[in-house]
Amino acid sequence: MAIVEARNISKKFAEVTAVEQINLTAEEGEFLVLLGPSGCGKTTLMRMIAGLEQPSAGRIVIGGRDVTDLPPRTRNIAMVFQSYALYPHMTVAGNIAFPLRARGTSKVETAERVTWAARMFDIERLLDRKPRQLSGGERQRVALARAVVRKPEVFLLDEPLSNLDAKLRHSARDELKQFQRNLGTTTLYVTHDQVEAMGLGDRIAVLNQGLVHQIGTPQQVYDRPADIFVATFIGSPPMNLVELDDVVLGFRPESFLPEEVHPAQDGRSRLPFRITRSEYLGADRLVYGVLEPPYPPTHVISKLPTNIRVEVNSGERHDFAVRLADLNRFDRASGRRLAEDGEAASATSDLT
Amino acid sequence: MTGGLARTARRVGRFGLLAGFVGFLAFPFYWMLITTFKTTQDLHNTEYNPYLFHDPPTLEHLRTLFEDTIFLQWLWNTAFVGVLVVIITIVLAVPAGYSLARTTGRWGQTLGVGIFLTYLVPPTILFIPLARVIAWLGLQDSLWSLVLVYPSISVPFCTWLLMGFFKAVPRDLEEAAMLDGLSRLAAFVRVVVPVSIAGILTCVIFTFTLVFQEFVYGVTFITASTNYTVSVGVPTFLVRGDVYFWGSMMAACLIASLPIAVIYNLFVDRFVAGFTAGAVK
Repeated sequence: MAIVEARNISKKFAEVTAVEQINLTAEEGEFLVLLGPSGCGKTTLMRMIAGLEQPSAGRIVIGGRDVTDLPPRTRNIAMVFQSYALYPHMTVAGNIAFPLRARGTSKVETAERVTWAARMFDIERLLDRKPRQLSGGERQRVALARAVVRKPEVFLLDEPLSNLDAKLRHSARDELKQFQRNLGTTTLYVTHDQVEAMGLGDRIAVLNQGLVHQIGTPQQVYDRPADIFVATFIGSPPMNLVELDDVVLGFRPESFLPEEVHPAQDGRSRLPFRITRSEYLGADRLVYGVLEPPYPPTHVISKLPTNIRVEVNSGERHDFAVRLADLNRFDRASGRRLAEDGEAASATSDLT
Repeated sequence: MTGGLARTARRVGRFGLLAGFVGFLAFPFYWMLITTFKTTQDLHNTEYNPYLFHDPPTLEHLRTLFEDTIFLQWLWNTAFVGVLVVIITIVLAVPAGYSLARTTGRWGQTLGVGIFLTYLVPPTILFIPLARVIAWLGLQDSLWSLVLVYPSISVPFCTWLLMGFFKAVPRDLEEAAMLDGLSRLAAFVRVVVPVSIAGILTCVIFTFTLVFQEFVYGVTFITASTNYTVSVGVPTFLVRGDVYFWGSMMAACLIASLPIAVIYNLFVDRFVAGFTAGAVK
């Protein structure tokens, strides 16, 4: 258990800058998710924390100790690779015992700890097998058991669920979160899957092109995105964006509902909407269409829970609305979120 | 019913194919074995079925081999050179192959191909300049000349071969080992080497076989018959003018090839592909 800090970390590969001046702190026992599209630098950042890459600039501090120049083995970090990286020539027991043996732990203690870790992940019956005799889910558990067995200060998880099929992923996510809670170990988790990030993270750091765009709780990141990138990267379908002069308005498809279903007392802004197409998805309906004047003709999407039975038909014009509290405003030039007051007031007056 | 028939047909086909390969591969051994124990008259009479004994088997050829030549000395010489060359080859080729496999960019590949090209220069071209080198070192007529020269063939080939094997080892494995508490060197020794054992054993057998069958360097650098290797001693002593001592030669070949066949069979399961399966994904 330790605080993990990346201070002004940069990494350049030849011409390409993979990570630029990142400052990031994972608090003690926190589950911090690094989220971003592929190539955003999240894996590079994790590898620098692990010591597998040397940063071009900046320091890595773990538990108050500057480890930037220390090799991986001295950092007391455990990592689960996307590929699991199980040692193919060893049994499951040998794999789990490996980190202990490498540190010269006594035989008795090794045996005890291996049993403890195997029990935690319910893989005791697999201990004599070789990795090639295991299914994907079992391999993942072995990799996790190998990571926890020496009680490291920090866990690094690099997309550990991405090789599992969709069904298994759900239960694996739940277990992962639970064991992390139980152990209380500071955890950094890399993923490009926003659902995983939202479900697992105490906080999420959203990265793109080597920069951290926002760090916050899942709710902050979703409800109050720091800029247009975060707004559109998180959420499916993405946030609707409407350009109005210097301001870009953003609202989530699920906040964009027929005016009549909004409770009357809520402050809201009306947006006339011409429907082009709708999709029935079981739990929700997705309604596609174009805004009508006074708004610029922008393509937007509404996500209606199926229990809202208002009729919306293709080709019709319907007044939709968004609660003022659900409106986000971004600066058009910089893409940054605009302050709630002041700027916001003028934007609202345009709307009503 | 038809399903059962198809299955039987498939089985018969599979075993037929297998039997064909086994026959093809075992035939040289059978030929060596039967020739070893046939009388010379039996061997030379074209009227007889060559695949069967006509006269009763004889130990005469083995006697000739062991009593009229110093075959055991040659065998010992070959084994001595073989073991040393194997050690030198592994000590040089394993780190070289690993470094080249992990060198990023085009340099690794280019260097690897360059090293492999040196393997393609035949001994028939190299033995004249190398004879000068051996003379300069004062190693004429010494087994050490062979210990020194054979790696010039085995090291480039094995480096190139191992480079391929090491490339197939996922980097994740080494990195996992480094995070699990090992230095890069220890991770290499305890994870990469065991995983690549098939490649390393292939190198051992390739090198050993090379020493057993190499002729040009053996015949040029060694003059005293007590220093001959098997591949030089046998044809030199068992071919006299136009008289071939077939029985004794085949006996020598059989005895020399048996150890390699045994070693190979001991590790055959290790050579089967897919050894790293299950490491990643």
